[in-house]
Amino acid sequence: MTPTDRKYTKEHEWLLIEGNTVKIGITDHAQEALGEIVFVELPGVGDEFEIGDSFATVESVKAASSIYTAAKGKVIEINEKLDAEPEAINQDAYANYLVVMEFSEIDESQLMSAAEYDEFVKSEE
Amino acid sequence: MKSYVPHTENERREMLESIGVKSIDELFSDVPASLLLKRRLNIGEGMSEVEIRKAFLELVNKNRTDLKVFRGAGAYNHYIPSLVLELSARSELYTAYTPYQAEMSQGMLQAIFEYQTFICRLTGLDVSNASVYDGATAAAEAMVMMLNATRKKKLLLSAGLHPEVIETVKTYAHSIGVEIVVVPLNEKGMTDIAQLKANAEGFAGLIAQNPNFFGVIEDMKALADCAHELGGLFTAYVNPIALGMLKRPADYGADIAIGDGQPLGVPMSFGGPYFGFMACTNKLIRNLPGRIAGQTEDAEGNRAFVLTLQAREQHIRRDKASSNICSNQMLCAIMASIYMAVMGKHGIKEVAEQCLQKAHYLADGLTQIKGFKLRYASPFFHEFVTDCEYDAEKLNDALKAKGFMGGLPLGRVIKGEHGMLWCVTEMNSRQDIDDLICAVESIVKEGLA
Amino acid sequence: MRKEYNLIFERSIEGHRAYDLPNIDVPVLDSLIPSEYLSETDIPLPELAEIDVVRHYTNLSRRNFGVDNGFYPLGSCTMKYNPKINEETAKLFNNIHPYADQDCVQGALHIMAHTAEMLAEIAGMDACCLQPAAGAHGELTGIMLIKAYHESRNDFDRKIIIVPDAAHGTNPATAAMAGYKIKEIKSAADGGIDLDALRAAVGPDTAGLMLTNPSTLGLFEKNIIEVARIVHDAGGLLYYDGANLNAVMGIVRPGDMGFDVMHINLHKTFSTPHGGGGPGSGPVAVKEKLIPFLPKPVVKRTENGYVLDYDRPQSIGRVKNFYGNFSVIVRAYTYLLSLGADGIREAAENAVLNANYIRSKLRGVYDIPYDRICMHEFVATPNEKMRANHVTTMDVAKSLIDRGYHPPTIYFPLIVHEAMMIEPTETESKATLDAFIEVMKQLAHEGETNPEALHNAPVTTPIGRPDDVKAARMPIVKFCE
Repeated sequence: MTPTDRKYTKEHEWLLIEGNTVKIGITDHAQEALGEIVFVELPGVGDEFEIGDSFATVESVKAASSIYTAAKGKVIEINEKLDAEPEAINQDAYANYLVVMEFSEIDESQLMSAAEYDEFVKSEE
Repeated sequence: MKSYVPHTENERREMLESIGVKSIDELFSDVPASLLLKRRLNIGEGMSEVEIRKAFLELVNKNRTDLKVFRGAGAYNHYIPSLVLELSARSELYTAYTPYQAEMSQGMLQAIFEYQTFICRLTGLDVSNASVYDGATAAAEAMVMMLNATRKKKLLLSAGLHPEVIETVKTYAHSIGVEIVVVPLNEKGMTDIAQLKANAEGFAGLIAQNPNFFGVIEDMKALADCAHELGGLFTAYVNPIALGMLKRPADYGADIAIGDGQPLGVPMSFGGPYFGFMACTNKLIRNLPGRIAGQTEDAEGNRAFVLTLQAREQHIRRDKASSNICSNQMLCAIMASIYMAVMGKHGIKEVAEQCLQKAHYLADGLTQIKGFKLRYASPFFHEFVTDCEYDAEKLNDALKAKGFMGGLPLGRVIKGEHGMLWCVTEMNSRQDIDDLICAVESIVKEGLA
Repeated sequence: MRKEYNLIFERSIEGHRAYDLPNIDVPVLDSLIPSEYLSETDIPLPELAEIDVVRHYTNLSRRNFGVDNGFYPLGSCTMKYNPKINEETAKLFNNIHPYADQDCVQGALHIMAHTAEMLAEIAGMDACCLQPAAGAHGELTGIMLIKAYHESRNDFDRKIIIVPDAAHGTNPATAAMAGYKIKEIKSAADGGIDLDALRAAVGPDTAGLMLTNPSTLGLFEKNIIEVARIVHDAGGLLYYDGANLNAVMGIVRPGDMGFDVMHINLHKTFSTPHGGGGPGSGPVAVKEKLIPFLPKPVVKRTENGYVLDYDRPQSIGRVKNFYGNFSVIVRAYTYLLSLGADGIREAAENAVLNANYIRSKLRGVYDIPYDRICMHEFVATPNEKMRANHVTTMDVAKSLIDRGYHPPTIYFPLIVHEAMMIEPTETESKATLDAFIEVMKQLAHEGETNPEALHNAPVTTPIGRPDDVKAARMPIVKFCE
C-alpha cells in the first residue's frame, strides 16, 4: 500500500511535508527496482540544494541511482542508521527516510498523490 | 601470411550456407558501398615466424642495452627474480579477461585481493585498488579523488614531483578547469612550506613525492600536517623500494598513497607497461577509482573473492563514475605481488639498504672529482643531482663511449637545467661504480667534456 | 574440488626466504638518513621459500580461465587467440631504459613509428599516437583533442558530447572526465542511431558525438554518412570508439566513414593478451586537423634516424609517463607484421562469419532481438519458455561455466533486457563453434524442461555463486590476520 500521507515524484521519491520541513525517501517501487541496497551516500547536514539537484545516491550491487530533491532548502537531518543498515530501505522504504530538509520552496505542481503515483508506476511498466 | 583463422574452404562454405548468404562480401551489405575500401591496406605482406624473428633481430641490434645503467628518473634497473617473469607468463592468467565471472576466475581474484593486501601493507593505508595505468595517471586520479572529496577546484603539486607526472596532472586538470599551483623547492631541494602556505587558499590537497624527483628525502610529516592544517588532503607519491626503509604514508598521516610500481619486479621495457598503485583511508573508499576485489562467501560458506563496490565504476555509474578507467595494469600488479612474495620483508629492506649505500658511495666518489658538487646537502636515497662545470650532454656522450649510461642530463626533461641526476641500485657492483668514477675522472682530465 | 585456497599471507613461515642478493660490497655507513624519516618497523610482508611461491601462483593460475583454456565468447572484448610469437618478441626489449639516449633506441623507435603508420592506415586516419595505456585512456585523450581543437578556434561554447544509449559505459564516463556534459540519445527500432533524435540533439553547443560502429548490438550503422554530416554541419567532431574495430579491418575505415578521431584497443583487435584486466594499449588515431594537439612526444622520422619530438606548442600535453605501454605495442606490431594486409582483412571477415554462423544456428533456440546480418557479435536472450520458467541470462552464463566455456558478456548492452552478447572472434574453429552451439541448445532445452539445474549452476568450480551483496555491504578488501 502506498501511504496517502505524502507526495510522490516521477523519479520515485516520496516527500512527507510537515510545516516548513520535508522528509524525503525513495518509494517501495524504487527499492524493488534497485534490488538489494548495499550503500546509501547521504549529503552533510547543512548542505543546501536547489529543486532538481541530486542530493544522495542509493547503490545496489548492479546499479546506482541518484536521488533528486523536489524541494529547495537546507538539510537539517540525515538518517544515519542507513550507514550501517542500508537494507532497511528494502525492508520498509516508507519508514526509512534519507534526509529531512528545511525548505523554502516546493514545486507542488510536479508532485503526485499516492493514487496518481500508483497509476504512474503502472503506466511505466 | 597467417591470420590464425583455422577454417578450410569447405568449412567456410558450409557456414555461409547456414547463414544463407553466398559470399563473405554479402555479410558486409550494411556498409554503404561508397565507403568500402576498394584496395588492399598499405601495410605490407604477412611474414612467417622465421621472417619475424629475423626482422626483430635486426631491430634489437639497433638498440644498445650493453651500457651499465646509472640512470633512474622514474624507471629503475632493479633485480627481477626469475620467478616473476616465469609465473606471470602462466597463460591461464595472462590470456584471461577481467574476472567478472567470479566462479571461474578465483585465481585472478585472489591474486588481486593479495595484491591489494601487499599495497596496504607497503603503504600502511586501509584500502587499495587493483592498479591504474602508471604513477602519472595515479597522480591524476588522486587529484580527482581530492577534488571530489573536498568539492574544491584547485590543487597544489610539489615541484619535487617527476616532471612528467606534473605534466600529466596538468593535462587532466585543464580539461576540467582545475587550477594547478606548483609549489617550488627550497634551497635544500625540499618542498617549500612557506610557499605551500602562501598558495593554499581554496585548495583541495597537495601531492608530494618521496624521495622526490631530485632524490631528496622530503619531510613528509611536515607537509602532511601543513596540508591538513590548511584544510586540504595530502597525497604521498612514493617509491615502493624506498618504503623498505623510509616511513610509510600512513605513518605521517597521508590520506592517499600512490606511486609507480615499476621498481617492484617490472622490466623497464622502454617505459611500459608499468602500473600505478593507489591506496587510501577507509573514509575515501568510494572515491577510489578502478577495480577492487573483495572477500565474501558462496552459499556453502566457502571463502570467495569477487569484484566489489562496482557501483563506483563506469560500466554501472556511466557519466557519474569515479573515473572512466576500465582496463588497468593487472598483470604488472601481479608481477609486483610475486616480487614482494619472493623478496619478503627482509628482501625489500636489503634492496633499499644496498641502493642507499651504493648511491652514497658513488656520490662520494664523484664529488672528489674537480668541478663536481652535489646540488643539495639534504639526505637522499638512491638518486642525487650533481652540478658540474662541464656540459652534461658532452659528458654523457663521453661516458657512453666508455660503456656507461650515466646520470640523466636534466635539461632533457626540465628546460634550462644543467645538472645530472644519477641513480644507483643493487644492480651496480662496487667495481662498476669504481669504473664509472675512473671514467668520469679520465674524461675530465682529457678535457673531453 | 570445492576447496578454499590459502592466501599467500597465510603461508608465511618466519625465517623462510626466497630471495638471494649479492653481498653488499661498498663500505656501509651509518646515519645517512635522519632517524625521524626512517620506519621503526619492517613492512609486514610474508616470508616464503622459493618453491612455495612457485606453487602458490601456479595453483592460483589453475583456478583461473583464459583464452588458452577454452572458448571465450565475451562480447565487446574480442577474446581472440594471443599468438605466442608476440610474447617472444616482446621480451627482447625488457632491458631498455625509457630515458636511454635516442641513438641507443633506434630499433624501439622504429617499432613505434611503423606501428603508428600501420594503425593510421587501417583506421583511415592521418596520424596515430601510441601513448594512451588502454581503451578508456585513449577515449579520454581523444575527447581532450576534440576540446583542444574547439578551443584553438576560440570556440568555448561547445559543452556537450552526444552519446547513444547503447554505448559502452566508458563513453559517458570519459566525456564527464574531460569536463563535458552528456546528452544521451535513444536508439531507433532497428538498433541504429535515431537520425531525428540526433538532429534534435545537435546544436551550437555540440562538441562531438561518440559512436561505436558496429554498435554494441553488433550492427553496422547504415546511416553513418548521414550521421557524420549532421554532426559536422553542427560544428561538432566525430569520435570512433574502436572497441569493435575487429569487424571491419581492411573492409571499411573509420576515417572514411567520417570520423575525426578514434582509439584502437591493441588488446582486443591486435591480439595482445588481456592480462586478467590489463595492461592494454589504446593508441589514438586522428585526421590532419587534430595532429597539432596530439600528446607529446611524437616519434618523428628524420634523415638521422628517429627522434622523439617534444617541440609541439599546441599539444594537449602528456597523458602518462614516457611513451605508452611499449611491450604491448611490440606484441601488436608482431601481429601486424605476421598478418599483413591480407591477413588483417581475413581476420575481420572470419570474425563476422563466425558470429553470423552462431547466430544462424541459435535462431529459434534463443530470442535474437535484432535478427539480421550482424558484424562480429550479436545479442541473444533466453527464449519465452525459459523466461516463463524464470531462467535468467545469469543462469545460462553460470551453466556454460560448468560446460567449460567462458560465458558471453551478460546484461549489456543495457537497452536489451537479459542480454547475452556473443563474440566468437575469428580464431575459433568451426568445430569449436559447433560444440558451443550444441551446448547452448542443450541449455535452452534444459531451461524449458528442468530449470532447477540451471538455477544451481555452477557446480564444477572451486566456489558456487558468491554473495555479491555481502561483499558490497561490508567490504573486506584486504587480508587481516
